[in-house]
Amino acid sequence: MSKLAQPNLSDQGIADPTTEPFWQACLERRLMIQKCASCGHHQFYPRPFCLSCEAATLDWIEARGTGTIYSLTTVRLPVTEELPPPYLVALVDLDEGPRLLTSIDAQKASIGDTVRVAWRERPGLPPLPVFRLV
Amino acid sequence: MSKSLGASPIYISGAAETPLGKVTDQSELSMVALAAKEALGEAGLRVKDVDAVFTNYMGEEGSVQVGEYMGIHPRYAESSDMGGASFEFFIHHAMLAIAAGRCEVALVGYASRQRSRRNRKRAIAPTDGTLAAQFEAPFGIHFPIGHYALSAARHMYEHGTTLEHLAHVAVTARKWAQLNPKAWSREPLTLDDAMASPMLCDPLRKVDCCLVTDGGGVVIVTSKERARDARKRPVRVLGAGESHCQWHVAQCPDLTVTPGVVSGREAFGMAGVTPADVDVLEPYDNFTHAVLLYLEDLGFCKKGEAGDFIAEGRLAPGGSLPALTSGGGLSYNHPGALGILLLIEAVRQLRHEAGARQVEDAEIAVAHGTGGLAFSTASTVVLARE
Repeated sequence: MSKLAQPNLSDQGIADPTTEPFWQACLERRLMIQKCASCGHHQFYPRPFCLSCEAATLDWIEARGTGTIYSLTTVRLPVTEELPPPYLVALVDLDEGPRLLTSIDAQKASIGDTVRVAWRERPGLPPLPVFRLV
Repeated sequence: MSKSLGASPIYISGAAETPLGKVTDQSELSMVALAAKEALGEAGLRVKDVDAVFTNYMGEEGSVQVGEYMGIHPRYAESSDMGGASFEFFIHHAMLAIAAGRCEVALVGYASRQRSRRNRKRAIAPTDGTLAAQFEAPFGIHFPIGHYALSAARHMYEHGTTLEHLAHVAVTARKWAQLNPKAWSREPLTLDDAMASPMLCDPLRKVDCCLVTDGGGVVIVTSKERARDARKRPVRVLGAGESHCQWHVAQCPDLTVTPGVVSGREAFGMAGVTPADVDVLEPYDNFTHAVLLYLEDLGFCKKGEAGDFIAEGRLAPGGSLPALTSGGGLSYNHPGALGILLLIEAVRQLRHEAGARQVEDAEIAVAHGTGGLAFSTASTVVLARE
């Protein structure tokens, strides 16, 4: 991990103490997940032990940033002021294994499509990992 | 008949709805109190006989608030939040507590005025530092339609489930609701009507989503000895089971399978019956596709076959597995937590007092609840007429 680019995202309610490294890496547009040094299992969100072998030997690694759409919906109702509908919300399975809730920056996509991470700028917040079709 | 609790059978000896629909002349607490009086009246008991309180969504330390309101100082209490299925969980917990001698008359209750108050939330607070705020809210997922849409979309992808299959659930619920004078939505609904419903979060349309109404209810769970006081026929609790899976939708390993696999196995196992023995099913229809997943997970059909099973009319009035007999959350009432009403309808069916919607000779009923986001929780209760 690089040194903290901006301290205390967890103090601002943007992160929590365990996810601080993830959001700090987002500031550098890097998608980080946990890898177990004992069994090689990848997991996300971060925990203090491996959900596969229960070892506490977890490292942050940078994900390749590629994956597959596991499921997908088009949100057609207004949810927040920042996001005018319609837009795509998806579950993406990273090639390393962990599944992320995210957005697909596209008009249309399908389950099974391959995607790559992209970064959505947000005022006053770390860039958000979203995905684009490849 | 019941394997685990054969020596100490447990009964539901009272069951009553609160005022339903749009309730402007009562508070949530007074609604529960009214239903409690009615249910205890059926049970032949008084408020002072109640020695256990189980509730959810009645504010902070909910059982304390409900207890205080009715003057109950229980020796057993629970305010667990298992979402809308909490009340099926509570039947499970109450039957064990009564069997263990820790209490004798359990009041399970809930009321909401979410329609009148317009306090149903649709988004996750984005800045409270929770995992949901960090990893779900920023993407604008609708709470909870978006979560359930991801489940429905995957079931369609894996099993060829269609929008027509989902529409058949809505039409089935409406057919039953037309037989229930207390149902909120009773106007005719055809398959074409359902198919024309506007999309909200693909593949879920307005017609696939449950109502938002005021309502609630109370059931009284008690021992065989105290059930003898009942003025209406008590219904035996044969078995119950529970489980839960993910809170955050991305943490669910398989969105086409619910924790109902476990709760159903546990409940049927304790009851010593199989799905083939069930005369009436009350599934928690917060969304249409939910009913498909339960039929598969509880063992009424194989994975991927529920769509056709429903399209054949099996759940409808006159079908081989009457289900949603009140009209369900889709057409009867959905007060934010439907689980209590599923139990009440199952009890009425087994007492043979359901009027125009009565399932003939109903002897075994199942109430199956869910809660949370995309089937986080599940609890199954098997009830029998004796």
